[in-house]
Amino acid sequence: METKIAIAIDDLTVAYNYKPVLWDIDLQIPEGILMAIVGPNGAGKSTLLKSILGIIKPLAGSVSVYGKPYKKQRHLVAYVPQKGSVDWDFPTTALDVVTMGTYGSLGWIKRPGKTQKKQALEALEKVGMLTFQNRQISQLSGGQQQRIFLARALVQNAAIYFMDEPFQGVDATTEKAIIQILKELRKAGKTVIVVHHDLQTVPEYFDWVTFLNVKKIATGPVAQIFNDDNLTKTYGINYKTSITEGKL
Amino acid sequence: MIQEYLELLLVDYTLQVITLGTAVLGAVCGMLGSFAVLRKQSLLGDAISHASLPGIAIAFLVLGVKDNNGLLLGALASGLLSAIFIKGIITKTHLKSDTALGVVLSTFFGFGMLLLTYIQKLPNANQSGLEKYLFGQAATLLASDVWLMTTISGISLLVVLLFWKEFKMVLFDADYTKTLGFNVKFIDTLITSFIVISIVMGLQTVGVVLMSAMLLAPAAAARQWTNSLAKMVMLAGLFGAISGVIGTGISASANNLSTGPVIVLIATLFVMFSFVFSPIRGLLFKQIKLWKNRNDLKLMKTLLFMYNLVKDHENVAHPHKIQILNNFQGYTRKSLNRLQAENLILLEKGNWSLTEKGFKTAKNLYTQEL
Amino acid sequence: MTSAQIEIQFILGLVAIACALPGVFLVLRKMALISDAISHSILPGIVLGFFITQDLASPLLIVMATLTGVLTVVLVEYIQKTGLVKEDTAIGLVFPSMFSLGVILIARNAGDVHLDVDAVLLGEVAFAPFDRWMYQGIDMGPRSLWIIGTILLVSVLLLILFFKELKIATFDTGLAASLGFTPIGIHYGLMTVSSVTTVGAFDAIGAILVVAFMIVPAASVYLLTTNLKKMLVYSCVLGLVASLVGYWIANYLDTSIAGTIATVLGLIFFMVYLFAPSKGYISQWYRTKQQKTEVAMLVFMLHISNHEEEKERNINHLQEHINWTASRAKKILKLAGKNNMIVIKNNVISLTDKGDKFTQKAISYISDNKNSELEGVKEAFFLFRG
Repeated sequence: METKIAIAIDDLTVAYNYKPVLWDIDLQIPEGILMAIVGPNGAGKSTLLKSILGIIKPLAGSVSVYGKPYKKQRHLVAYVPQKGSVDWDFPTTALDVVTMGTYGSLGWIKRPGKTQKKQALEALEKVGMLTFQNRQISQLSGGQQQRIFLARALVQNAAIYFMDEPFQGVDATTEKAIIQILKELRKAGKTVIVVHHDLQTVPEYFDWVTFLNVKKIATGPVAQIFNDDNLTKTYGINYKTSITEGKL
Repeated sequence: MIQEYLELLLVDYTLQVITLGTAVLGAVCGMLGSFAVLRKQSLLGDAISHASLPGIAIAFLVLGVKDNNGLLLGALASGLLSAIFIKGIITKTHLKSDTALGVVLSTFFGFGMLLLTYIQKLPNANQSGLEKYLFGQAATLLASDVWLMTTISGISLLVVLLFWKEFKMVLFDADYTKTLGFNVKFIDTLITSFIVISIVMGLQTVGVVLMSAMLLAPAAAARQWTNSLAKMVMLAGLFGAISGVIGTGISASANNLSTGPVIVLIATLFVMFSFVFSPIRGLLFKQIKLWKNRNDLKLMKTLLFMYNLVKDHENVAHPHKIQILNNFQGYTRKSLNRLQAENLILLEKGNWSLTEKGFKTAKNLYTQEL
Repeated sequence: MTSAQIEIQFILGLVAIACALPGVFLVLRKMALISDAISHSILPGIVLGFFITQDLASPLLIVMATLTGVLTVVLVEYIQKTGLVKEDTAIGLVFPSMFSLGVILIARNAGDVHLDVDAVLLGEVAFAPFDRWMYQGIDMGPRSLWIIGTILLVSVLLLILFFKELKIATFDTGLAASLGFTPIGIHYGLMTVSSVTTVGAFDAIGAILVVAFMIVPAASVYLLTTNLKKMLVYSCVLGLVASLVGYWIANYLDTSIAGTIATVLGLIFFMVYLFAPSKGYISQWYRTKQQKTEVAMLVFMLHISNHEEEKERNINHLQEHINWTASRAKKILKLAGKNNMIVIKNNVISLTDKGDKFTQKAISYISDNKNSELEGVKEAFFLFRG
C-alpha cells in the first residue's frame, strides 16, 4: 500500500546575510505519523516550521501539501507556536483564544457565532480545560496555556499539525495529556510534526524522527534512525554528556 | 461651581460645541490608544505626536492662512513620515526602538520649533494660533471642526467594528494569524493608521507634548477593570470622553490655561484610581488578598499544632485545655473562633477539641495540592 | 563675534558634551526614552523650588528638580513592577502627568515671565549671558556656564572613576553582578547623573533639546563604531559641532537656537544613517543584494551537485524545482557561468571541476557551521561577485 505524502519540502533554504539557517532541506513527510524534529539550539527547527507556514520567506525551495502548494492548502494545516511568543497579559479569556482557531474558516469580517462557540467548547473539553473557559489567560499556568494553544489548533480540524516545543515549561500531567491527544490524532490518520527539545522522550513519544542541524542529517522511523551515529552527526561527539548534564 | 457649569452648558452654544468636541476626541483617543498599548507601542504615539509639529508649521507656510483642516493634514503627513522613519531605523539598523523613537521625536520636534520661531518673525503675525498645538486649546474648536471629527471618528469606529476579530487576532498572535491566511500586513497598517489619525485629531485639545498620555491613560485605566478586549476599548473611550469634558470645563474657568494639561491630569487620576481600587488587579485588592493569605496560613499552622498534639491519642476528639496552646506562637483567641466557625474545632468550657473535619484537614495539609 | 556670542557658544558646547556622556550609556542600555521622561518630569520640581525660594538662581531649584527626576525613574519602575502595565506605558503615563502638573502650577502663579512654557520647552540660551553670577561684586560670567561646567566636571570625574564598572554593567549585567558590582547602583547612579545634567541643561536649552543632545549623537556614532571609548569621544565631538553649526544658522535665520541645533543633529543622523560604511542604509542595501545573489548561486550549485539525474539538472526543470523567477534563474546561471563553475550541454547543467571543488568545500564549511570561512572560499573561487 502506498502511503500518501502529506508534506513535501524541496530545496528549502533560509539564510540571513551570509549565515545559513536552513540549507537545501529535502523532506518527505508521510501521512499519519507522529514525528519529532530534533537538533541543537540554532539548528533552524523553529525556522523550518515558520518557513513551511509562510511566516518567514525562504531564499529558495518550495513546500507542497498533498501535492498542491501550501498557500492553497492552508485549511489543512494547523500551527501551535511557542508559548513564549505571545503576551499572556492580553485581555482575553481561554474560550476566546480557542475560538480564534475558527477564524480561518470564517474568513474576513464574518463574526463567530453559536457553531463556532460550540466547536471551541468541544476543543476545550478535549484538552481538559472546559472549566477554565472564562479564565483570563494570564491566570493560567504554563501547562494550561499550552493546552489552550493546542485546543486552538484542534478546533481547526486540520489534517496536519505543526507544534513548536509544546512540552517546554510544562508540568508532567499536562505533558502526558498532550502526548495522549497527539497519539489519538495520529490514530485518526492525522499527521503531527513536533519540534521537540527533550531527546530522552523521543523513542517513547514519537514514531518518526528528523535530525536537523542547518542541513537535514537524517529522517525516518525512530527504530531505524534514532541511533548513536545520527545523534553524533547532529549534536557532536559529546552529546552523551550533554544529555546527562540535562542540556539536551 | 458645578451647578453653574451645567447651567451654562445648557444655554451656551460655544460651550456645547467645545464639550462635544473634547468628548468625541477623548473617546477616540482612548479607544484607538488601546491598540497602541496592547501592541507595546505606547511611546510610538508620543513620538508621532511630537513629530507632527513641523507638518503643522509647513502647512501654515504653504497655505499662508491658519486653516485648521490644512494644518491637520500637515500634521498627518508629518506624523506618517515620522512613523516610516522610525520603522526604517528599527528594521535597517541595530538601533533599538527606544533610540529610534528618541531620535525622531527630538529632531522632528526641534525642527518644528525652528519653524515656529521663524514664523513668529514673519510679517503676517497671524500665527499665535499655531502655539495652541503645543498644549492644546479646546476653546478654539468650531462647530465645523467638531462635525469633521465626529465624521472621521465614526468612520474609523465602523472600520474597527467591521474588522474587529481580525484586529483582536493580530494584536494577540500575529504569526498564528498569518497561518490562517489573513493579510496581516494590511491589518497592521490599518491599526497604525488609526493610531496616527486619532493623534492628529486629538492634537487640538491636548497638544503635541502631552498626546501620549491621552492615548495611554484611558486604556491603561480601562485594562484594570475588565478582561474583555471589547469592554476595555469601550471603557477607555468612556474614560477618555469624561477626561476631555471635565478637563475642558475646568480649564475654561481659569484664565489662559491650556486644556491639555488639565485633561491629562484628570485622565491620570482615572489611572491612579484604577491601579489602586480595581478588583482583582488593583493594588488594594492584592494587598488585602495577601493579608488574608497570611492569616489563613497562621490558622492552618495552629490547626496543625493541635493535630500534632492529639494524633497519637486514642480518642482524637478528646478535649484539651486551651492553656496548652499558650506556648504556641500562632494562637490567638480570634483564630480559635475562626477555626470553630469553619467547623474544624469545638470550643467548650475552656477546652478545645478537633472535629472529624478538622482532623482530616490537618492530616492532608501537606499532601494536598496547594 | 561679541562676547555674548562667545559665551553662548561656550555654554552650548559644554552642554553638548555634558549631555553626550550619559547619553551614550542610555542608548547602549536601551533607555533612551528615560531622557525624554526626565526632561519633562523635572518641571514640577523646578516650579516647587521656585515657589519656596522665589529665586530662580537658587541652587534649591536644581536640587528639587534632580530629586523629581530620580523620583520619576523610581515611579516608572515601581509601576512596571506591579505588572499592571508594561514599562513603556509607565513612562508614557508618568512624564505627561508630571509635566502637566508643572504647567498648571505655573499657570496658577501667573505673572512670572521667566517660567513661561515656551522657555520650558526651548530654554533661553540667548538670554544666558544676561544672567550673570555676581560674587562679591565681581562678574564671574554667565551663571549657566558655571552650573553646566560644574556638572560636566563631576560627570567626567565619575566617568573616569567608574569606567570599568559602567562598561561591564552595560554590556554584561550577569558578569557585573557576579563580580560584586551592584548593577542597581550603577543604574541609579546613571539616572541621577542624567537628572542633574538635564536640570543643568534645561535652563539653557529646554526639555526637548536635552533629549536630542543625549540621544542623537550617541545613536549616530553607534552606527559607526561599537567601541565604548570611541563612542564617548565621537559623541561629544558630534554634539559640539552640531551646536556650533546650529547656533550660527539660528543666528542667520533668527530662529530658536535649540530648535535649530536639534534640526542639525537630525540631519547629521540622517547622513550617517545613509552613508555609514558598514551599517549605513546604502552600503547595507548593496551588500544584501550581492549576498542574496551569491547565496542563491551557492544553493543552486549545491542543488546541482546533489542531484545526479539529468532530469533534475535540466535548465527548464530547475526553475520549478527551486522555485525562482525566470529573471533570477537567468542571473544566477550567468554568474555561475562567468565564474567558470558550470558548463551547459543540451540544456543540462553540470559542474566543472572548479565548481565541484568549490561546492565540496562549501558543504564542509556549512556542516561545520564555519560561516566566516565561507567568505574566504568565495574570494578564492569567485572572479565575479554578484
